[in-house]
Amino acid sequence: MHPAPSVIAFTTLSGIGFGLLAWLGLGLPPVTGGTAFAFFTIAYLLAAGGLVASTFHLGHPERALLAFTQWRTSWLSREAWASVAALLVMAVCGAGAVFFDTRIPALGWIGSALCMLTVWATSMIYAQLATVPRWNTPLTPVLFLSLAAAGGALLAGQPDFALVLLPLSGVVQVVWWVRGDRALADSRTDMASATGLGGTGRVRAFEPPHTSPNYLMREMVFRIGRKHALKLRALALLLGYVLPCLLLLIPFSHVFAALAVGSHLGGVAASRWLFFAEAEHVVGLYYGKS
Amino acid sequence: MTTLPETTDRKLGLVIDLDTCVGCHACVVACKGWNTEAYGAPLSDQDPYGAEPSGTFLNRVHSYEVQPEDGAAQLVHFPKSCLHCEDAPCVTVCPTGASYKRAEDGIVLVDESACIGCGLCAWACPYGAREMDAAEGVMKKCTLCVDRIYNENLPEQDRVPACVRTCPAGARHFGDLGDPESDVSRLVAARGGMDLMPEQGTRPVNKYLPPRPRDKLDQMEQSAPRLDPVIEEPGGFLGWLDRALEKL
Repeated sequence: MHPAPSVIAFTTLSGIGFGLLAWLGLGLPPVTGGTAFAFFTIAYLLAAGGLVASTFHLGHPERALLAFTQWRTSWLSREAWASVAALLVMAVCGAGAVFFDTRIPALGWIGSALCMLTVWATSMIYAQLATVPRWNTPLTPVLFLSLAAAGGALLAGQPDFALVLLPLSGVVQVVWWVRGDRALADSRTDMASATGLGGTGRVRAFEPPHTSPNYLMREMVFRIGRKHALKLRALALLLGYVLPCLLLLIPFSHVFAALAVGSHLGGVAASRWLFFAEAEHVVGLYYGKS
Repeated sequence: MTTLPETTDRKLGLVIDLDTCVGCHACVVACKGWNTEAYGAPLSDQDPYGAEPSGTFLNRVHSYEVQPEDGAAQLVHFPKSCLHCEDAPCVTVCPTGASYKRAEDGIVLVDESACIGCGLCAWACPYGAREMDAAEGVMKKCTLCVDRIYNENLPEQDRVPACVRTCPAGARHFGDLGDPESDVSRLVAARGGMDLMPEQGTRPVNKYLPPRPRDKLDQMEQSAPRLDPVIEEPGGFLGWLDRALEKL
């Protein structure tokens, strides 16, 4: 799949943003006043900024409000509702903490749940697609949720939780990669089933429909960068999980904390790039590729 | 509404004969010609006369080589357009309701005025039937020429999809696949019509007729006697060269 920068930025930033909001909803850390203002501002910039970035890849962003209408069947529509609900509820929590020095625990918990619901809905947009076997697994929501929780803990200054959640999400990431590498082969979809010609003999793409690439090939038959996949995976693991943990283990300083967050974001962005670039869409089989 | 209808009154679709298709691409041209000036936004081209021409097509013809265990390889031309699936995954993923499947005839359509161009339906389609128009920013797909098949301004023989009307080989057939007595249904039954990627669970309405089995002409055996070497041991200059090289 084509790794569109806007979608990578969206899933990376809003994931960690909603993760941070979820921790703030739980009252971890129990901030009020100016500190709360700083925390909530960062969380909203990340979460809402990511949502805005996601509209950049739309052909008609001016019609984006229509995306709220089909929540009965569409995960993208459900994500729209969940994100708006989460941002509204958490805005009330944030206003209480910043301006009135008050926390309403029940509302905070609802807000946290809505934040996680948003991340889940985002992950289901990908996990629902049988056409991309690498994504089509319950492990995809687990990966997105564990990353949001871990990144949020890191940003919320919860080293105890982060030191558990970061290695945990790292393990989920590795399992997701290992499963993904044989997902297409395990999906039973191949050139024989795509063309229905497998009964006659071995099928080979002889000639594409046109002499130059088209939308389908640009969008779904992305090939560049896969040769560096292993290096990028190592880099994603190192930056996203290992380095932040090491930085959390040494005595606390704001510089190291900022480094840990930056490193984590870089690692997650690399992993998200691979999430798209490595994903094989079955339509590639019609073009003799996978 | 992106909720799929439980059942449709009719299942209009195409039956494509892979045995008959000659790969002339006339259906591709007829489709583009009709649909660029009819329903919805035109099918734009980018850099059409340059080095990297690219454009929106609702119907594309692939070609495959099939190599049987024994016997000669076969070339199969393979037209591919929207299969108007009964369980169309492109419809249910649409967040705006722009994509829908009609309850009356099963045609899958896009209301372009509601399409935000997110591209998710194209991701959900295993067949590559949906293409985002680069100029218009909306999703384009086969409409089964909905503006021809019910069009009473056209002579009756033209009230079929443009691809079917134009096919010089008679490889494309249009009809109601929900009616077991229709011509297309009987054709599918007689020729063992098949679904593409049945394991994806999309239940396509369009069917493909597999190529008929080829005669087993063992060409090597037939022509071999005539190709036997006339002399086993070469003589003359070539013979000398052969022996000289042998000794080296």
